[in-house]
Amino acid sequence: MTGYALRRILGAIPTLFVIVTLAFFMMRAAPGGPFDSERRLPPEVERNIKAAYDLDKPLVQQYFLYLGKLAHGDLGPSYKNKDFTVVQLIATGLPVSMRLGLSAMTIALLLGSFLGVMAALRQNQWQDYSVMGVAMLGITIPTFVTAPLLTLVFGIYGVTLFGHDLSLPVGGWNGGALANMILPVTVLALPQIAIVSRLMRGAMVEVLRANYIRTARAKGLSARRIVMRHALRAAVLPLVSYLGPALAAILTGSLIVEQIFGLPGIGRYFIQGALNRDYTLVLGVVICYATLVILLNLLADILYGVLDPKVRQA
Amino acid sequence: MIATGQTLKAVDEIKGRSLWVDARRRLVKNRAAMAGIVILAAIAALALLAPLLSPYAYDEVNYDIIACAPGWWPVETACTAPGHIFGTDSVGRDLFVRVLFGARVSLAVGLVATLVSLLIGVLYGATAGYLGGRVDALMMRVVDILYSLPFVFFVIILMVLFDRNFILLFVAIGAVEWLTMARIVRGQTLSIKQKEFIEAARAGGVGPFAIITRHVIPNVVGPVMVYVTLTVPGVILTESFLSFLGLGIQEPLTSWGVLISDGADQMETAPWMLLFPALFMAVTLFCFNYVGDGLRDAMDPKDR
Amino acid sequence: MSALLEIAGLNVHFALPDGDVHAVKDASLTINPGECLGVVGESGSGKSQLFLAAFGLLAANGRASGSVKYRGEEILGASPKRLNSLRGSAVTMIFQDPLTSLTPHMKVGQQITEALMLHRHVERAEAESRAREMLEYVRIPESTRRLGQYPHELSGGMRQRVMIAMATITGPDLIIADEPTTALDVTVQAQILEILRNLKDEKHTAIAMVSHDMGVIAGIADRVQVMARGEIVESGSADDIFYAPRHAYTRMLLDAIPKADEAPAPVTEIGAPLLTVDELKVSFPIKNGLFAPAQTLRAVDGISFTLHQGETLGVVGESGCGKSTLARAVLQLLPKTGGHVVWLGRDLDAQTQSDIRKLRQDFQIVFQDPLASLDPRMPIGVSIAEPLKALEPGLSRETVRQRVRAMMERVGLEPGWINRYPHELSGGQNQRVGLARAMIVGPRMLVCDEAVSALDVSIQAQIVALIRDLQAQTGLALIFISHDLSVVRRLSHRVMVLYLGRVVESAPSAALYADPRHPYTRALLSAVPTPDPRIERAKTRLLLTGDLPSPLDPRAQLTFLKSRLGEPGYRPKLEQVAPGHFVAEHE
Repeated sequence: MTGYALRRILGAIPTLFVIVTLAFFMMRAAPGGPFDSERRLPPEVERNIKAAYDLDKPLVQQYFLYLGKLAHGDLGPSYKNKDFTVVQLIATGLPVSMRLGLSAMTIALLLGSFLGVMAALRQNQWQDYSVMGVAMLGITIPTFVTAPLLTLVFGIYGVTLFGHDLSLPVGGWNGGALANMILPVTVLALPQIAIVSRLMRGAMVEVLRANYIRTARAKGLSARRIVMRHALRAAVLPLVSYLGPALAAILTGSLIVEQIFGLPGIGRYFIQGALNRDYTLVLGVVICYATLVILLNLLADILYGVLDPKVRQA
Repeated sequence: MIATGQTLKAVDEIKGRSLWVDARRRLVKNRAAMAGIVILAAIAALALLAPLLSPYAYDEVNYDIIACAPGWWPVETACTAPGHIFGTDSVGRDLFVRVLFGARVSLAVGLVATLVSLLIGVLYGATAGYLGGRVDALMMRVVDILYSLPFVFFVIILMVLFDRNFILLFVAIGAVEWLTMARIVRGQTLSIKQKEFIEAARAGGVGPFAIITRHVIPNVVGPVMVYVTLTVPGVILTESFLSFLGLGIQEPLTSWGVLISDGADQMETAPWMLLFPALFMAVTLFCFNYVGDGLRDAMDPKDR
Repeated sequence: MSALLEIAGLNVHFALPDGDVHAVKDASLTINPGECLGVVGESGSGKSQLFLAAFGLLAANGRASGSVKYRGEEILGASPKRLNSLRGSAVTMIFQDPLTSLTPHMKVGQQITEALMLHRHVERAEAESRAREMLEYVRIPESTRRLGQYPHELSGGMRQRVMIAMATITGPDLIIADEPTTALDVTVQAQILEILRNLKDEKHTAIAMVSHDMGVIAGIADRVQVMARGEIVESGSADDIFYAPRHAYTRMLLDAIPKADEAPAPVTEIGAPLLTVDELKVSFPIKNGLFAPAQTLRAVDGISFTLHQGETLGVVGESGCGKSTLARAVLQLLPKTGGHVVWLGRDLDAQTQSDIRKLRQDFQIVFQDPLASLDPRMPIGVSIAEPLKALEPGLSRETVRQRVRAMMERVGLEPGWINRYPHELSGGQNQRVGLARAMIVGPRMLVCDEAVSALDVSIQAQIVALIRDLQAQTGLALIFISHDLSVVRRLSHRVMVLYLGRVVESAPSAALYADPRHPYTRALLSAVPTPDPRIERAKTRLLLTGDLPSPLDPRAQLTFLKSRLGEPGYRPKLEQVAPGHFVAEHE
């Protein structure tokens, strides 16, 4: 098992390397530099600025300089937010994004797999059809439609139920107060709940048809025990493989959600940086995102090994 | 003797029921999928015929009727524009025409980017699957690595760096979607290559080219078709996502993403501007997904 | 004595998308304590569904009606709670495929003890020690270690023993064994049947033995029920059924079985040598993970033989003996690692790919799985025509069509079916398509790789007869590969017994069956169940212990030559013991 985990970790390193390289050269291949849009600078000033950011050196040298700094956890200064380094900016944004993302992911996994198992156990009955119908809605209605709609309903129009005012704040972080989290997390989680429940239903239906489930039934085990001990562990495997893509999807969604709800996460820095050609910032955020996704893929791989004895030994 | 044999043959030969015919029969019986096909056809027809259906042009600005509700709007609003059945937008353009023109762009992006992904994916996947062995392992390792990238971020960077180039949009999105396609095609090719009927064809003296065209491709088409149907809505979603962020289609051209983005800005005062494009897009995605699911069930009935 | 299980008027229906299927029709039977009831029938006869339905284990789209009484208590439609207290406790089951029937992510020990702890409220430690005893009872050595393993770490035979241990540990009154040995090799089958017989004799457990194999039934059943198309067509004591069958279907089943004393292989004129295979070797690299060095699996490890015109060479052996690899290497469908294949004096090594393609007109093959070996998207007529078009490209469409129709008629297919698809035909009909495809180019040699193994016995007999006819008409040479010794006997002039990629015995058919010399051949012959209860009861069985050794183990070749174990590279040599009768060195 340790050997398996070690192999996976070693395998993740080249991936990260590829990402850094790809992102770095893509940024540099772009027409126009970060300082083009500002008013014309005297040549010597421009030269000084370029030297300060290592932009006067050959591209390959710049790349290795960047790699060297990266190895020390230094992502360089932000080109546009001149008083901050990229690391500082990410350090302020990441906790917000992480809290959002992880909350959404946890809710999606728990609720989605619960709904999926329910639907599978009631296959082709009304419970199944309604869960799958709603899931289809969740997949097809994009985040940037649900976000304004929910804002409209819960924020602007306001909802009162049994005399309680259910209105929610429609923007701002407010130090991460629960009320401010509800709408963004819901919007982020909805499509994932839908995908997870569909995945889970499919896997569970498949597993419930397996011969070993018949064996378990022939042993006189209760339906509950069959699901919990014999079926669930195999049915959860496709879900484990989906962890990485799920995080990637949630991070993508957070770009929208942070923008709509005005949350100070790294998604906003990314969009800002991209629009301003703030290369170091964009590069830093992409590396940060990629690391998160790779870490989760790694975790998923290891979890897969724990759950499936065949994979562990291979 | 031979002559009689020839005249007889047409009489006694029973028409077989091919897997395609079977699949079509099951698809026709699937009401959700059939409804999806009909609705999609209707939306596509509307989009194509858009200029004929409305007296207004998609970029015709009218500052007299800014953000006016359609005549039939049930709620009291600041202004109404009776001739515009979906109302008007924030510069007084007819929303109905704009939604249909948005459909043109969104559907075109969906189809073209899917074709790009199909082309790359099929070539890459079929090569890996057919060659097998080390080449396959290496090629699939590359896909695995790319797969673990948050690819939309790269598309965003690309769109920013290259000034929202329309063609690049197709290519960039197609380049994201080909990964799954390649995996599916490769998996199918590998499994078909190992089937006994391929070995039987080889034993029967059939050459490698004929084996690929006569046996491998016809058997890969089904799953690929299913995946194509499910890729189109994914692409439409990605495009509208980029447009929503202001990184996709540029004015005065429009797409559903752009319209939804505008609508979201104005939703407090002019909710129809969000409602109609969102509705069209959701219905389209819904239909594609149901058609895709229906196709899959029809091709592989044991899944249900 | 009151009956243990009484089934009366049981009907089972399945709701399928294409309509309702009546799988079991008005079936009635009784099982008394301590007896073995054999339920025999071909595929689709409803024999398995009968028992699944009786204990509430039907798939979701199935429903059952009628009456099922366990010790006088009606259990059809009983509450899930009552059924659960019965299943796994008083009535247990063993299924056909032991790999898919065990939960892959649970340790063997957990799965064996689960029912015991649940139904008998036994503590874990106690349950585990009982599980160890059970494993020893079903002859699995190193029981403690085995309990901690996962199903995929065990061999097929071992998994089925685990299933038996699991089904026996609660001390049930009745075990339902649903084709328990069908997925296993014949020597392992013999071991499993021995264990089941012991259960019946020592623990007085009643057994319902569901099988398609009359030989298996003959060896264990006290009474027999014959099922066909959902109905029980005949029932009686084992002796009645086997020696005085009354129903036409039962008689047909018994007649279709290849008998030990059957007429020898058809006499055809044996002509000049066609094919000479010399020290043929095929090996595959086996990769164990990313960093482990690749091991070499010697699937075929030095096999030589000569095949003459009109002759049939039978090749027998258990799974993993290399018989299919041998066929593919001879036909140039797999690259070989060493040795020579000479066809009519031409060494096939020296030929180019396109020359070999042309030579395929001379040697053709029929595969095991009739459905899998036909392209599902092609009408059968096109499949049959394919080799013809590839090998004789000049033919006109009309000639091709005429020849396909003529060939179809010859193999017993309606020529009007030329446009039908494989999924519209039965297994036997599809195998006729496979034969037509092979025969249409007029080959001089035909390789049948387990060509009848996937078919029901009655269909098997028809296909064997067809192959025999074709051979008689065309003077075809045959290589007939099978794990089934009795089928091979029906057709073969010579028989070659393979063990782990090498020949252990090779002899004229009559000599091999009458006077087997190698211990492996003897065990193999002794393991084949005879469809004759008296012979089966009197038989002293030569059982091999344990499973086949792994072909990756370099010393596996020396299983029967233990004195040479010190020289792992040593291969037992073939020695001639009688004219044309060769036996590998053994002790």
